[in-house]
Amino acid sequence: MADPLRFHYKVDGSNFTSAGEASVEVKKKLRQLGFSPETIRKVSIAMYEGEINMVIHARGGDADVFVYPDRIEIVLADTGPGIADVDLAMQEGYSTAPDNIRTLGFGAGMGLPNMKRNSDSMRIDSTVGVGTTIYMTILV
Amino acid sequence: MPGIFKHSVFLDEEKCKGCTTCLKRCPTEAIRIREGHAVINSDVCIDCGECIKVCPYKAKSANFDKLEDIPAGKKYRIALPPPSLFGQFPEAEDVDVIIQALLDCGFDEVFEVARAAELVSAYTRNYMRKEGVSRPVISSACPTIVRLIRLRFPYLCSHVMPMLPPLEVASKMAKEEAMQKHPELREEEICTCFISPCPAKVSYIKNGIWKTKSSIDFALSMSDIYFKILPQLKKHDHLERGSETGMIGLSWASTGGESSALMNDKYLAADGIENVIRVLDEIETGHFPNLEFVELNACNGGCVGGAAAVENPYIARVRLQTLRRFLPVSRNRIDPSLSQTDYVPLDLLYQTQLSYRPVEKLDEDMGRAMLKMQAIDDLCESLPALDCGSCGAPNCRAFAQDVIMGTRSLNECIVRMREHMQPFIESFDTSNLPDSVQQFLVKPEKAEEKQ
Repeated sequence: MADPLRFHYKVDGSNFTSAGEASVEVKKKLRQLGFSPETIRKVSIAMYEGEINMVIHARGGDADVFVYPDRIEIVLADTGPGIADVDLAMQEGYSTAPDNIRTLGFGAGMGLPNMKRNSDSMRIDSTVGVGTTIYMTILV
Repeated sequence: MPGIFKHSVFLDEEKCKGCTTCLKRCPTEAIRIREGHAVINSDVCIDCGECIKVCPYKAKSANFDKLEDIPAGKKYRIALPPPSLFGQFPEAEDVDVIIQALLDCGFDEVFEVARAAELVSAYTRNYMRKEGVSRPVISSACPTIVRLIRLRFPYLCSHVMPMLPPLEVASKMAKEEAMQKHPELREEEICTCFISPCPAKVSYIKNGIWKTKSSIDFALSMSDIYFKILPQLKKHDHLERGSETGMIGLSWASTGGESSALMNDKYLAADGIENVIRVLDEIETGHFPNLEFVELNACNGGCVGGAAAVENPYIARVRLQTLRRFLPVSRNRIDPSLSQTDYVPLDLLYQTQLSYRPVEKLDEDMGRAMLKMQAIDDLCESLPALDCGSCGAPNCRAFAQDVIMGTRSLNECIVRMREHMQPFIESFDTSNLPDSVQQFLVKPEKAEEKQ
């Protein structure tokens, strides 16, 4: 099949409690398509962490999921503040999340590392003041 | 295997109006309205009993066994009352009088499920000490939750504790005790009768779980037995025997009871099927890293909230708090030499991990499944998104899926149908309506202006 299935989600940055909903939706669709539990788990974690990041740091954004029989690609694009030092941001425990978010149990500095750990490849395009786009691929 | 599972939810077609109440409230979208009646897809139903609770016409009930239908050959009848039963009676000052009332109802013996629950708690503490156990450990006590995880949470199957639920342990213990006390009885003359607060446990008893058959012989309805117990309570002048349960056993009746018995504060206890689904979704995405134990109950409040319970679950809970006040913490303990170990007897454990049963797949072939999903997405875009339920599906998306899967015709969408009918609607003849109505009628376009 040449064309992938594409799911698009608007991640609402104004409503913190709705963060994670796209991840649950994608999970359901992947089960319907018959992907393995392991693949579904990887995609839903990568997607969930990305969604949370977009809500915390960038007032939301767009999430696109492309499903091919042999791989799943996730593209998370926002027009937030951008990441000044990507290598630093990738370090476990490094976080710039504000205190009010930390009191909710987020901001442990594990988001990006978790996304990397659960995807087979990940690329971050970020420009300070313009926004961030993250590309992740999970092989089946 | 699909189709073989015997569900306990039962529909009275006479009473069912085909309204959309249960359709909308089914957490797994297992219900469709067909030819004016609610039809359950048994592959997807998890026996949660929501449809029974919400039906405004009382058209749904569960297939409980009747006390009167127990064959005469079953000479020795053991009642298995769960702790939730003891919270149902405002008159009862302690558990002992309810046990006596059960004996007065004609049971030969009463074995409290709470006794087994205390042992399950003790062995769960041991199980939690085992190395290599997937954490958080998820309780296996609520059959609806076990079935929900099997069908929808593939990754969490390995987290479900393979421990027999208390009612099963109780049945086994009760039968063994009876055989010892009454060597003159043959095994087939003894039966155990669980007094069930919910349809899920009836399904469990009829079908078994985890490829294992239940040893419980009959599933009676708590609300049926309630009305048999009531008159007996009035005349408790003698007590043959007392309760053998402590605080821990009674606490299992409501949410948090099972967890608090673990003496470990890294637990989560949730109830209500919708809440439970949200919690499982979050656990699956690894949101709670330090959690050790998860107790989930399909019903609000826990087992006291079951569809066959009589009393309001929160009132029942308060009563249980009063009943347990002067009880020892636990009265059913395991051998002290085993209590700080990771020992769990093999006959209390299922021998295999819970297996995932994918029932949602659109097609066995992934390429075809993708084509179908694209079609569902595209069709969904063209539907009104009102989720009115008139087509017999709970929402437009489910309807789109039914159409693409070939189980429903697109013509069933009444909103689409109305659009097609627009030219005819405009030419409706109103002249046969009474004058009292006619004087207020305006042309459709005028009505729009008025708004």
